[in-house]
This record gives sequence, C-alpha cells and structure tokens, in this order.
Amino acid sequence: MTTLIVIVGYLCLLLALGFFSNKLFRGTSKDYFVASHSIGPFLLLMSVFGTTMTAFALVGSTGKSFERGIGTYGLMASISGLVHAAIFFLIGIRLWAFGKKHGFITQIQFFRARFESDSIGYLLFPILVLLIIPYLLIGIIGAGKTIEPVTAGAFPALFTNPTAPQWLGGVPPWLTGLVVSLVVLSYVFMGGSRGAAFANTFQTIVFMIMGLVAFVFIINALGGVNNTGKVPARINDKGLVVQDYQFDKQKAQLTTNVPPKPVGRVVDFEDPSLSDQQPHFWREPVKVEFKKKNPKTGELIPFERELGIPFITFVTYLFIPLSVGMFPHLFQHWLTARSAKSFRLTVIAHPLCIMIVWVPCVLVGAWASGVLPPGIPPPAVLSAMLTLLVGDPVLIGLLTAGVLAAIMSSLDSQFLCLGTIFTNDIVIHRAGEKNYSDKQIIFIARCFIVVIVALTYGLAMLAKNANVFDLAIWCFSGFSALFPVIFAALYWKRTSKQGAVASIIAALLTWLYYFHQSGYGGEYMVGPGIVPAAICFVVAALVLIVVSLFTDPPSEETLTKFFPEKSEL
Amino acid sequence: MGKATVWALFVILFFLHQDFWWWEDSNLIFGFMPIGLAYHAAFSIACACLGFLAIRYAWPHDLEKFADDHD
Repeated sequence: MTTLIVIVGYLCLLLALGFFSNKLFRGTSKDYFVASHSIGPFLLLMSVFGTTMTAFALVGSTGKSFERGIGTYGLMASISGLVHAAIFFLIGIRLWAFGKKHGFITQIQFFRARFESDSIGYLLFPILVLLIIPYLLIGIIGAGKTIEPVTAGAFPALFTNPTAPQWLGGVPPWLTGLVVSLVVLSYVFMGGSRGAAFANTFQTIVFMIMGLVAFVFIINALGGVNNTGKVPARINDKGLVVQDYQFDKQKAQLTTNVPPKPVGRVVDFEDPSLSDQQPHFWREPVKVEFKKKNPKTGELIPFERELGIPFITFVTYLFIPLSVGMFPHLFQHWLTARSAKSFRLTVIAHPLCIMIVWVPCVLVGAWASGVLPPGIPPPAVLSAMLTLLVGDPVLIGLLTAGVLAAIMSSLDSQFLCLGTIFTNDIVIHRAGEKNYSDKQIIFIARCFIVVIVALTYGLAMLAKNANVFDLAIWCFSGFSALFPVIFAALYWKRTSKQGAVASIIAALLTWLYYFHQSGYGGEYMVGPGIVPAAICFVVAALVLIVVSLFTDPPSEETLTKFFPEKSEL
Repeated sequence: MGKATVWALFVILFFLHQDFWWWEDSNLIFGFMPIGLAYHAAFSIACACLGFLAIRYAWPHDLEKFADDHD
C-alpha cells in the first residue's frame, strides 16, 4: 500500500505540473502546437530523449535482455546512438529550418508543400495514425505490467483476478492504464507542447535518476558488483540451464542453490563448448526449452526460446532506428526549438543518455535470468526484479514512478501530435484557417486528443498480453519504411509526387504483409533472420527511385523553395 | 578536419558496430561487465564524440542563417 501511495503522489505531482504549464500557456494555437518555437537546448534534449525512450527502453529492454541477453544493447541502443544523432543532424535541423521559414507545424504540411500535393496528406494521415497506435499501446500495456507486481497484496479482497497468482491484490492493468491515460491527457490538454516539454523534462530527469538508484540497489542485493557476473543462468555439462543462486527474501540476501536449480535444457545439446557458459552474456544463438506454469491450472507447459542474436538480425536491425526520421511527434518537437543551436546538445548527449538508461536495464535483464522463473512475462521482469530485490516499499514506489515517467513522457508527445495533425492537416486544411478562431483550433485539437486517448485505451485492453518490445519494433519498422520519402524529399531534387506516393504505398503494403505474417505484433524474421524493416525499407526506396525517374520532376518554384542556392542560404 | 572526415568517421563507426569478433565471448571486464556490452557502451561514447566533431566541423551555419533571417 505504501508503494501505491508513493506512485499516486507522483501522479498528483505531474498534474500539478500540468496546472503550472497551463499558466505559462500563451493561449495561441502556435504555442499549443509548437511552443512558439521557444524551447532551448536542455528542454529540447530532455523532451526528444524522453519521447524516444518509452516503455520500450526500460520495460522492453529489460524484458528482451531477459529473453536474449546482452545483445539487446547493440541491437537497439548503440546503433540508435549513431543513427538518431545523424538524423537529428541531417534531417531534424533541416526540417526545423524549413518549418520555421515556411510556417509548417506538421510533417504533412511539409510533404504537401514539397510534393505539391493535397492527396499525399490524406494518404499519410491514416498511415501515421495506424503506425503510432502500437507505440501508444506499448506505453499503456507497459504501465499496467509494471504496476501490478509492485502493488501485489495491496487490495486482496478487491482485485481477485490477477495476471499471475503471485500478484493477487495488485492494481490490475486496466486500472493503471486508465489512470495513466487520464493523467497524461490532463496535462497535455492544459499545456499543449509547452506542457509536454516541461513534463517530459521533469519525467526524463526522474526516470534517469530513479533508474540509476534502482541499479545500485539491485547490485547491492545481488551481493555487490563483483558478484553480479556470476548471477545469470548457466549451461551445465549436461546441457541443462541452471540457476546457481536464489534470492532469500527473509534474509534479504543472495543464497547459493545446492545443487544448482535446473530451469531449462538446451535443445539438441551437442556442443561441449556451451558447457559452463552464461548464454545471456554472449550473443551466439542457443535454443533452450523452458517450462512455465499455467496460472489457471498450475500445469507446467514447455516452451522454446532462442537466447542470443543471429548476426544477420543484428546487422539488419540498423534499419529500425531510421524510424526516428519519420516520427511525427519528433518532428513536432524539432519545431519547438528556439534555434538550430538548440539541437547541438541533443546531437552530442543523446547517445550518452541512451547509454545511461539502457546499460543498466540490459544488465538487470541478463541478471534476472539467474533469479527469476523463465516463464515470467518479459514486460514484467523489471518490476519483478524491483519487488524481489529492493525491499523498501517507498523506494519501490519511487522506482516504479520512474518507470511510469519514462512511459508517460512518450505518451504525451504522441497524443499531442495526433491532435495536431488531425486539426491542422484534416480539419483546418479542408475548411481553411480563416474559418476558425485560435480558440476553436485548440478546442478541436483537444477533442481529437480525448478521442485518441479513449481509442488507445480500448485497444490496449484488447492487446494487453502483447510483448512491449516486439510491438514497438513493428511500429518502428513502419516508420523506417517511410524514411526514404523524408530523406529523398530533403536531399534529392528529382523526387516526384508520384514517386513519394508510390513509395508510401509500397512501404505500407510490405509492412502490412509482414505484420500479418507475424500474427499481428509477434517477433518475426525473414529467412535467416532478416528483420522485415530492412525489406520494407529497400522496397520503398527502390519504388521511390524508379517511379520518380519515370515521372515529371517537381516545379522550378518548389525546387527553389526547398533547394535554395548556396548564396540564398 | 572537414565534412568528409566526419562522414568517413560515421562510416567507420557503422562498421565497428558489427562486432562479430566478440560474438561468442562472454568474458567480463571490471569483474561485472560482459565484454560485448562494454564494447557497445564505449561505442555510444564514440557516437557522442562524433556528434561533437560534426557540430564543430560540419555545422550547417548557412541553413541556420537561412531560417533565422526569415522570422
């Protein structure tokens, strides 16, 4: 119960921040959508980083490392440090410059002007909404999965149908999702992009500090930094995956299992070099059979999991972080920048911030393989480690608030962005800006945000068992497939309207095909382990090039507008 | 140092990311950090350094002026 009180206190603090940012709100639609281009370097870094690091970063990375080991970091984090920073530099600054000069507030406005086409906006709008919804879902699902374990036992008479038997009485995911949605909705509703920037900064600081505090406590509970390396599950000479330790909650210390506890077995164990290896500490793929308990019947059900990462998967994952170039919510954050110089801190510090957050999470996930049952749902690994290893309820509450902070700092930007593009690219675009007052424009955006929050919440309840990491990868894959359009729009004069439209359609169709093949959100690789994003990207890029070359180039007027001469720059 | 050098460093970093040479190595450094993870953490620091060099030697001053001139 103490833990829950701390979490509720944090949410109330956020609401207070929402009221505060509402006081700073200038009342104009430009301020509501892009904070009147007034955000400086530190707020930009925190809001961009907070937006890109969601449940995926904390909950997802820990869960994925629990499943596949330390390769998770190279797979998404270190390559993102390189690719994201390059995109901020090459695309972010350029879009900010065009946005500021020509008054663009949304991505769609840029594309409509660059490709001299209204229809491209109507084509892109539903696609952007379709792709961003999985991103929203992971936030709400991740929040639900995090809160239930840490509040287990708080209301045993009230919440009698837990996700897992040991979490009886914990706040159920439907209630957490509802509360988180309402809190985010309230401060976005009140403060718009300025409110989101303030809230993101506050929440990013909270989740970074709390993440490091959690890391220190977990290390201490595992017997100190030099002992942590012995904790992950190990393969013994018979090919069994064993846990050498368990955490004794009574004594609050790690104790040795004598003999080591078997939790799985290597499938077709023949390679003696696997003996005594900790598969979560390397990246060579190893197929292991584990067992998990059916929560309803108590029956043990075998399941297979591939530990490690195939090299081809690792290489082709580089296409996933390209998604950042097409995130509409990030576009909106870029436009809030006061000047191009505001980007400098983000370009340098973004890879370091990723490292500060991801390294501890990936290590905790790998260590968890040695003390948690292998059948635990991956999104619940982080909170299960906190509950198991950090005894103090106040601290658990603060650490959990840190996880919620990471989740909400992305949700706010995404909700706001959808409200912004609907209002500007559909409503105002059709009816004309002169037909609405500034107040009406803000009202329409707020109404659409309410609708999207409600829709997202409903979908999150339907997809409550989805894997947060895998669902996020599907969202990123779709945006990566659209990347050739934004890159070509900025750097290739010959890109035509028809080329852009064909590329968007090709990206959508290939993405839908593979999404369907995956069973709508599961982990899916093509052939020897190629990520679908790589194929979607290549198809979209080829279609863009071929169709552009066979159709008319943009008008001279447009080319002058978007490719000014050096002397004009 | 010019833009070309910054781009060359970017390409080198991209290839250095594919560290197949540590793939089957689970040795620990500093007693707790698997070498594959330590390498990629160092890679993140290298990315930050590259960002610094890009800002120093390849900053789009013209683009900045272009946007600010038309307020």
